[in-house]
Amino acid sequence: MTLSDLETLPGGRILQAEMGAKTAIHDACASDMLSDVMAHAPDDSVLITIQAHTNTVAVATLAGIRAILVCHDRPVPPEMLEAARREQIAVAVTSAAQYEASWRIHALLAASP
Amino acid sequence: MGGSPALPIPPDQSPLVLLDLLFKMRIKDVMSSTVITVTRSQTLREAQALMKANRITGMPVAEDGRLFGIVSMDDIVSALEGGWIGEPVEQHMTRNVVVLEEDMPLSFGASYFEKYQFGRFPVLSRDNLLVGILSSRDVSAAVLIELLQEFGRLEARLPAVQTPPEASPHHILLQFSVKKYDFERAGKGTHEIKRTLTGFGIDPRLIRRAAVASYEMEMNMVLHSAGGSLSCVIDPDRVEITARDTGPGIPNVEQALEEGYTTANEWIKSLGFGAGMGLPNIRRVSDDFAIQSSTAGTQVRVAIRFPPPPAPEGKPA
Repeated sequence: MTLSDLETLPGGRILQAEMGAKTAIHDACASDMLSDVMAHAPDDSVLITIQAHTNTVAVATLAGIRAILVCHDRPVPPEMLEAARREQIAVAVTSAAQYEASWRIHALLAASP
Repeated sequence: MGGSPALPIPPDQSPLVLLDLLFKMRIKDVMSSTVITVTRSQTLREAQALMKANRITGMPVAEDGRLFGIVSMDDIVSALEGGWIGEPVEQHMTRNVVVLEEDMPLSFGASYFEKYQFGRFPVLSRDNLLVGILSSRDVSAAVLIELLQEFGRLEARLPAVQTPPEASPHHILLQFSVKKYDFERAGKGTHEIKRTLTGFGIDPRLIRRAAVASYEMEMNMVLHSAGGSLSCVIDPDRVEITARDTGPGIPNVEQALEEGYTTANEWIKSLGFGAGMGLPNIRRVSDDFAIQSSTAGTQVRVAIRFPPPPAPEGKPA
């Protein structure tokens, strides 16, 4: 799947995608515990979370995460978007909860070659 | 211990030759190894007698090499004025002591005098034992001796010893201060460490491990300590990262190393930290891991080793 597929999620919007909407995403990780993310997130993945702050971007950078998907339509602060732009990490939001976002992304990943 | 003049060696304005010199010398080569100390139970009056007899203006409070605090002439003066000169040192000493480590380059020592305006700093070994004391006088004397030798070389018109430029990192030092609850700035040090390692072409997987350790260490200090510092030494074969804070210490280190054990409050948890994974994560990603903690502070030191480069084909003669 690519970054632009995140727009197919309920209320899906991409807020920051400077590196391009065609960026490939190969895996996913759902967690709100950033230490857990750092320990277990796979490379080139999308992080499904409710943690919308600059430290999420820092953790994503360390863990090799390509995109952060913020669930429950949580507000994304401008400094988080700024940090994400600097670090070339995409940011998207959805109105879905983590569980729904997870199974939808699973389907998208399974459908992609 | 205020009023001591800082060393006249501002790091941003001094000649490079001097800074280079400060960088090459180690604290342990310059410090005084004989340290006059006082125990916690001795009185301030006894401390004063020791200072007078040894003509010093402050000294560490230590027992069996373990540092507990520092007592200065200012504390004695206050005690005389306040009428508690007969009380144990422990009750009036400064507990948050800024310390140096014996393997640090002297440049650290010089910058500490600039930064803290103290007259002296206790020096600790890698095992956290008190092994010496560094005064601004020790630094000026050592620098003067080195400079005189440098002048001697100049006079003899001999070229200074040149070290060839190196492709691999050799004892690159980075240091960052970490403030309590400064959540926004947490990760700055890690970012810099990562950038530097990337610049040396280190394997990204090793960089990721170093970055995870370093970030957790920064986060731990931001969330749980009164503040501290993160330092990083990069050598050709390893990167070593040390977090050193000023307390309050971890009551049960064994427990803190267990996954899931946490003392984090709700605020910390709401930010996605405090799952009790910090220290276990740090230990998991590092090749060497050491932790020491007391009420005076916690020190976590990790190393990630770089595998040796593949042997070149066809040995040069």
